[in-house]
Amino acid sequence: MADSAAAPQAAPHAGGAEVTKRDFLKLVTAAGAAVGVGAIVWPLVDSMNPSADVLALSSTTVDLAPVTAGQAITVMWRGKPVFVRHRTPEEIAKAKADDKGRLPDPALDAARVKPGKEQWLIVVGICTHLGCVPLGNRSTEVRGEYGGWFCPCHGSHYDTSGRIRQGPAPANLAVPPYAFEGDTKIKIG
Amino acid sequence: MKLLRNIAAAALLALGTPAAALAAGEEIKFPPQIWSFSGPFGTFDRASAQRGFQVYSEVCSACHAVKQAYYRDLKGIGLSEKEVEAIAAAVMVPAIGDDGAATERKGMPSDRFRSPYANEKAARAAFNGAYPPDLSVMIKARSGGADQLYSLLIGYSDPPAGVTVGDGMYYNKYYAGHQIAMAPPLADGRVTYADGTRASVEQMSRDVTTFLAYIAEPEMETRKRLGVKVVLFLLFLTGLTYATKRKVWADVH
Amino acid sequence: MAGLHKSEFENPVIRWVDSRLPIFTMLQKEYGVFPTPRNFNYFWNFGALAMINLVIMIATGIFLAMNYTAHKDMAFDSVERIMRDVNWGWLLRYVHANGASMFFIVVYIHMFRGLYYGSYKTPRELLWILGVIIMLLMMATAFMGYVLPWGQMSYWGATVITNLFSAFPLVGEHIVTWLWGGFSVDNPTLNRFFSLHFLLPFVLVGVVFLHIAALHITGSNNPLGIDVKGPQDTLPFHPYYTIKDSVGICVYFIVFALFVFFAPNYLGHADNYIPANPLVTPAHIVPEWYFLPFYAILRSVPDKLGGVLLMFASIGVLAVLPWLDTSPVRSARFRPVYRILIWVLVLCCVVLGVCGGKPAEGIWVVLSRIATAYYFLHFLVILPVLGKFERTLPLPESISRAVLPTGGGPLPGGAAAKPMEKA
Repeated sequence: MADSAAAPQAAPHAGGAEVTKRDFLKLVTAAGAAVGVGAIVWPLVDSMNPSADVLALSSTTVDLAPVTAGQAITVMWRGKPVFVRHRTPEEIAKAKADDKGRLPDPALDAARVKPGKEQWLIVVGICTHLGCVPLGNRSTEVRGEYGGWFCPCHGSHYDTSGRIRQGPAPANLAVPPYAFEGDTKIKIG
Repeated sequence: MKLLRNIAAAALLALGTPAAALAAGEEIKFPPQIWSFSGPFGTFDRASAQRGFQVYSEVCSACHAVKQAYYRDLKGIGLSEKEVEAIAAAVMVPAIGDDGAATERKGMPSDRFRSPYANEKAARAAFNGAYPPDLSVMIKARSGGADQLYSLLIGYSDPPAGVTVGDGMYYNKYYAGHQIAMAPPLADGRVTYADGTRASVEQMSRDVTTFLAYIAEPEMETRKRLGVKVVLFLLFLTGLTYATKRKVWADVH
Repeated sequence: MAGLHKSEFENPVIRWVDSRLPIFTMLQKEYGVFPTPRNFNYFWNFGALAMINLVIMIATGIFLAMNYTAHKDMAFDSVERIMRDVNWGWLLRYVHANGASMFFIVVYIHMFRGLYYGSYKTPRELLWILGVIIMLLMMATAFMGYVLPWGQMSYWGATVITNLFSAFPLVGEHIVTWLWGGFSVDNPTLNRFFSLHFLLPFVLVGVVFLHIAALHITGSNNPLGIDVKGPQDTLPFHPYYTIKDSVGICVYFIVFALFVFFAPNYLGHADNYIPANPLVTPAHIVPEWYFLPFYAILRSVPDKLGGVLLMFASIGVLAVLPWLDTSPVRSARFRPVYRILIWVLVLCCVVLGVCGGKPAEGIWVVLSRIATAYYFLHFLVILPVLGKFERTLPLPESISRAVLPTGGGPLPGGAAAKPMEKA
């Protein structure tokens, strides 16, 4: 045993068994404390995830009736623009023809629309490059080389199926989860 | 309760003070009830809370809002997703139409409970200048809690001899001043329970109190369940830390 | 290499940083080997507890602020949204709200410790004064935080407390209007209180740093109140006091958890779950429990300005305490009369606390006047006089002589000799 009064500064190493037991206790206590701190930190971090009221508002209903062929509208879903485009037969044909073209992110046009509803293309209006909203949803706007959308931020071109064709964007415009509720009504989300 | 709190407070560390409060003069005592949700392991009696929701919808909601609550919150008293959707869809909630004019649409689970009036002024106009308070956190907003609400609901009677009650007021022995502008809302058989429970005033009061206790603290069950785990863990950690402390200090004692 | 700190750490990364910015050397010096009196009892936990509490308040506060809306029409609802919809929001809010109470419990005990063992006496006067400043900052922060949920007690508490300043002649009314940013407590008031409630805790961190810096110059006091004579009287802070503080922290967390999970609104007031209404004052308005003694002093004076001045004086008197207490002996352990009187003072504060929560009428006014008078009597008359006449007990030669039965010699095992474990 150490002379505790004379040499208190250095934690003295006493008998072997004693030290092992103490070190083990220290280790377990430290581990327990680490678990505790983790349990305290997690609620703080998780509080920044979407809250219950945000999650509950995750669907939007859109009436398609007023949108004539060649037109497109922008609706809001989860705080983001969603492009709803009524494609003309030529645009559909072009999109199908391009299925075999050079596609950086290959996808069939048929896989991006609902069967029997090929005229309705519904995509999230966020450029997959860095999150800008591409131009082209209004007929007066630039639609890019491929007649779809054109992102003015860094020059990405999308075709009439919302697929990336040219420019820095790595992926096609995303298709949100949606379902038809009748002929001219969809529910997004 | 208030007195008790003050004493506990001033004594700084007087935790777990015995409940023997000093007698307070004019303070109204609410007979303590046994609630499914009281105590450290309490949970909301689902059946009672669902019946309470029925009482709220058929009686209270004519005048009182619970604007902090959403229809989706009803899942917490044991209703299924489908049932909640049906309940919400049966309600028309205010909306702004595509033409910009005020309109109504079918409710969704993500909608707040519909208020019986557009705003406070509309409420006061409709209720003779009185404002039926929002019930969202009523259980927490009264020092007597659930007991106080329950007592109030069963506390109506004819005024005792010698007591005159003002015009448009009702005698209630559990209301401060004993005169309340709210007409007795409940009477035996006021609602018909689907599960066959007899709808006495006491039963309906108990059920609606349980429902409002849930609406006031939807997190309560999670909180208490987590609390038990946290305290157990801390007790374990305290023991461990104390043992380590003994070992560390063994050298110097 | 000129200018580099000579680091003693072996790990190359730590060494690289440490030679350029010796934070590791500093930590090692101030929290590793820092010589600390060996006879601390558990009262010496409360400084560390207050520190932990401040960290908890800032952490939860930052995340609460991410979800709070400082607008009079939305504040109440945004707090309810935190309670209902934000992930763990109820936990964050209840920890923050009860944390305020825990903070005051811890700090009041910490101050009692200082009073009982004479920690405010020379050479620790400035340390003590910094502590009083910390308490004032805490009070201001707590008060403004209580306003944020915009319930009835928030609103009327803000009205009453800001109106204190109207007691000052000539400028009073202007000060109050300036504080409000309007002609009543309103949206501008809420906005500025939110801003200041966010700012002040960081000022608090700064003063706490100074408090600790000053502590590490003078070294800690101890239950005997005598100076450290040499290395035999001290232990390195780590591991002896890090582990002892950890025990205290665990126990403190248990008490904290019992409030948060099982009685989260016990220390609050039901009226604050009623949205603020500028047209109706609650029948019985009281501040949070930790302000009740001061509130009682305020109300014990029938004069508006007098009450306000006396209330501020009750804190001001603490700041000059090092010069009011004339006794050369620090610890109450060796002051037989003071040891009784300090408990009378505690009783007096408890009485003030109870009175503060009562309606200002009848017996409660009389009681609060007596207690207020005694409070000032204690500091302004009894302490200066007592120091001259009290027959103190003989002080031990040194800490090690007093606490080690063999006078500092070797001890058989660790089981025996724990007289200093208890206060």
